[in-house]
Amino acid sequence: MLRFILTRVSLVIPTFIGITLLAFFLIRLVPGDPIETMAGERGIDPARHELLRKEFGFDKPVLTQYGIYISRVLQGDLGKSIVTRESVISEFSALFPATIELALCAIFLALAIGLPAGILAAVKRNSIFDHGVMGLSLTGYSMPIFWWGLLLILLFSVQLGITPVSGRIAVQYYIEPVTGFLTIDSLLAGDFGAFKSALSHLVLPAIVLGTVPLAVIARMTRSAMLEVLGEDYIRTARAKGMAPLRVIALHALRNALIPVVTVIGLQVGVLFTGAILTETIFSWPGVGKWLIEAISRRDYPVLQGGTLLIGVVVMSVNLLVDLLYGLINPRIRHAR
Amino acid sequence: MKKILFATLSAAALMAAGPLSAKTLIYCSEGSPENFAPSINTTGTSFDANTQIYDTIVQFERGGTKVLPSLAEKWTVSDDGLVYTFNLRKGVKWHNTRAFKPTRDFNADDFIFMIDRQWKEDNPYYKVTSSNHSYFNDMGMPKLLKSVEKVDDYTVKITLNNPEAPFLSDLAMQYASIQSKEYADAMLKAGTPEKIDQDPIGTGPFSLVQYQKDAIIRYKAFPEYWAGKAKIDDLIFAITPDASVRWAKLQKGECHVMPYPNPADLDAMKKDANVQILEQPGLNIGYLAYNTTKKPFDDVKVRHAVNMAINKKAIIDAVYLSSGIAAINPIPPSMWSYNETVKDDPFDPEAAKKALAEAGYPNGFEMDLWAMPVQRPYNPNAKRIAELMQADLAKVGIKAEIKTFEWGEYRKRLQAGEHQAGMFGWTGDNGDPDNFLHTLLGCDASKNNGGNVAKFCYQPFEDLVQKAKKITDTAQRTELYRQAQVIFKEQSPWFTIAHAVQLKPVRKEVKDFKLSPFSRHTFYGVDIN
Repeated sequence: MLRFILTRVSLVIPTFIGITLLAFFLIRLVPGDPIETMAGERGIDPARHELLRKEFGFDKPVLTQYGIYISRVLQGDLGKSIVTRESVISEFSALFPATIELALCAIFLALAIGLPAGILAAVKRNSIFDHGVMGLSLTGYSMPIFWWGLLLILLFSVQLGITPVSGRIAVQYYIEPVTGFLTIDSLLAGDFGAFKSALSHLVLPAIVLGTVPLAVIARMTRSAMLEVLGEDYIRTARAKGMAPLRVIALHALRNALIPVVTVIGLQVGVLFTGAILTETIFSWPGVGKWLIEAISRRDYPVLQGGTLLIGVVVMSVNLLVDLLYGLINPRIRHAR
Repeated sequence: MKKILFATLSAAALMAAGPLSAKTLIYCSEGSPENFAPSINTTGTSFDANTQIYDTIVQFERGGTKVLPSLAEKWTVSDDGLVYTFNLRKGVKWHNTRAFKPTRDFNADDFIFMIDRQWKEDNPYYKVTSSNHSYFNDMGMPKLLKSVEKVDDYTVKITLNNPEAPFLSDLAMQYASIQSKEYADAMLKAGTPEKIDQDPIGTGPFSLVQYQKDAIIRYKAFPEYWAGKAKIDDLIFAITPDASVRWAKLQKGECHVMPYPNPADLDAMKKDANVQILEQPGLNIGYLAYNTTKKPFDDVKVRHAVNMAINKKAIIDAVYLSSGIAAINPIPPSMWSYNETVKDDPFDPEAAKKALAEAGYPNGFEMDLWAMPVQRPYNPNAKRIAELMQADLAKVGIKAEIKTFEWGEYRKRLQAGEHQAGMFGWTGDNGDPDNFLHTLLGCDASKNNGGNVAKFCYQPFEDLVQKAKKITDTAQRTELYRQAQVIFKEQSPWFTIAHAVQLKPVRKEVKDFKLSPFSRHTFYGVDIN
C-alpha cells in the first residue's frame, strides 16, 4: 500500500509544475495588459505605464518573471493582487471556505439523490421510474447553470418567498469566522437563528451547483450497476438464495462503485467550474467569482495563485480518489 | 486565528456596534471595492464604498455638481487665480475604532498629508498600498501644484503653477479624500503603514464596521459627524453582482436601493407598487470619433455627410432602449454651460449623398469603423451600434468594415490614432465642462496618445477652452464654453451618439435619496420609513 501511495504522490509533482507553467503563461497569452485595463478611458502616459510595469515586475523578461514567481511560490508567497494590493493567499483563504461549503453541500446533495436514484433505476430497468430518472438527469445535465439559478430564484424566492434570494447569511447576523464554514461557525457560536439562515441560503445554490454532478452520478451509477447486475457472481449470489437487498448492496454496489468514485473525483473539477457561475448568480463570496473578476481585470497574481491553489485542491481530491480505489479494489494497489 | 479579509474588523468592534437598528438601509452594490485607499481607487464601486467614510476639503452638492464647503469652511482665490487659501473647519472628529483612537481633531496636517502622499515620492506613504495615484496624476496635479503650505493649524495655502479654473472641482473628487496623518504616523511607527488603507478611519458620516470581500460592507452612522448624525443608523452594502438578482432582492425588500438595472427588467420595475425609478441623464457621452488627421475625415464636409447618413434615433431605440437620450453637444444637457441652441445634423441620407459628392466622393468610400468589445456606462453595445451604422452608411455608398480589439488594446490603438472612425466615450470626473471640452477635444490631448481620439486640434476652439480654463468667473466661462460648442458642431469631429440615462430603482420607503450626476451612491441625508 505504501508503495502505491508513494507512486501516486510522485505523479503529483509534474502535474504541479505543469499547472504553474500553464497558469503563468496562458494568462499572458490572453491579449490585454493589466495596467492598460486599469486605466480605462483615461489612458495612461507611457512614463507612468513604465513605472507601474516596474512596480509590478512586468518589465523583466517573461522567463525571469516565471523564475521569480516559482521561487516565491516555493516559499509560500503567491504575490499580491494588482487591484486590491492584498496578498493572494489571504484573499484565497478568506474566500475558499465559502466555495468548499457550497461544493460539499452540492456534492452531498448529488450523492444523496444520485446514487439511490441510479441504483433504483438499474434495479427497475425499463420501468417508468428508470425512464423518469434518466429523462430528468439528461435535463439536469443540459440545464445552463445561469438560467437554472435565475429560474429557481424567481420561483422559490420571489414568487413563493421560501428561500432568500442571494448571499450567504441574512445581513442581521454576523458570525465570527472560526472554520470559515458559516453553518459550523454559527453552531459553534450557539446562534441557531444564524445557522438556520446560513442553511436556507445554501439550499438554492447547492441545488444549482449539484444538478450536473447529480445527473452524472445517477446515470453512471445506473450503467455501472446494470453491468454488474449481469455478472455471473450476481446470478450465483441470487441462486444461493441471498436476500435481494444484500445482493445489491454488498455484491453489486461495491463493484459498481469503482467507476462511480472516478466520476465523483472528476466532478470536483466540474464543481469548481460550476461554482464560478453559481457564485455570481447567488452573490456567493467564493473563489469562483474572485477568479472571474481577476480575468476581466487581468490580475495576473490572483489568476496564477488562484489557479494553482484550486489545481492543488483538485489534484489532492483526485489523489484521494486514487487511494480510495486501492481500498475498494485491492487489485489496483497491487498492479505495477 | 485565520486572517479575515483585510478590512474585517474585530468581533469586539462589532459587539460595540450592536444589533441592526430599525433604520437600516441596504444597498445592493454591484461589486467589491478595490480597497479603502481613496488615492489609488479607480472604479465607481470603490468610490461608493469610500465616500461614506471619508470627507474631502470641498464637496459636490448632493445631486449636483456645484462645489460646496466641506472640511474647508471657506476659501479665497487670488486675483491671478494662482493662490488658493483654505480655512479649515474646526472641531471635526475622526472615527474612533478599535484599530486606532485618535487624540486630535482634523487639521491642516491631514490636508497636506493627502496631497503629499500622492505628490512627493519621498513621502513614506507614497508607495504604501500602491504608488499608482492615478486620478491625482490624471487631473494634472503634479504639474499644476507649485507649493502647499501650512499657514497655521486651520489654514492651508496652495500655489499653482498656472491658473486652473476647475481646481476646486478637482479637490471635490474621491482621490482627494482626507485620511488621518496621526493614524498614518502611528501605523508607520508600528511597522504596519498599510493598515490605514485596510482599517480605515475618516471624518465622514459613516464609519466602517466590517468588510467581507464579495459579500458585505457594514457601516454605522458616526454620531459625532460634523454636519450632524446621518438619518439612518446602519448602512449595509450587500454585494450582488448580477443585475437580475439585485432586482429580485429589491422586490423582496432584501435591499432598498440598487444600481444598474437590466433594461429588460425596467417594465416590471415600473409596475411594482413598492418601487420607484429615479431617472437622470448621466454626466457622460458616447460618440463616434472621426480621425480628423486621416483621409477622408480630414474634410469637414465628409464628417457632416456621415453625420447625416446615420440614423441616431434608430440606434437609441434599438440599443439604449429607455436608458439613453440623443446627444447633440459633447457635454451632457445637465452640465452648466450646455448650449441648447446648437442644432444636430439631421438624419437625411439624400443630403448625405449630396454632401459626399461635393466633397469629391460621389461613389462613397471604404472606411474602418471601430467598436469597443465591452459594455461601457455610455455605450451598452458598441458592436450592435456599429452594425446599425454600417447598414446606414451602406445606403449612401460608404462601405464600412467593423473592427474591434481587446479593450485595453482597443483604447491604446484608438488613442494612437490608428483608426479612421472609432467609438469611444467618457464619464465626467468633476462636473466641469473643461473635463469634457479640453480633456477630450483640446490640442494637448490630441498628441502623445492623449484622450482626444478624433485628433482634433482646431485653433479657434482651442483658444476658447484655454481661455475658459484660466478664468474663475463662471458667467464668463459659460459664455466661452457655449461658443466652443457651436464651433464643435460646425467642425463635427464626432458623431455624438447618446448620453446614457442613469436609472435607479429605489424602494418607496426610502426618502430623500438623490441621484448623483457622477453616478455615486451617497447615503448621508437619506432616510427610511
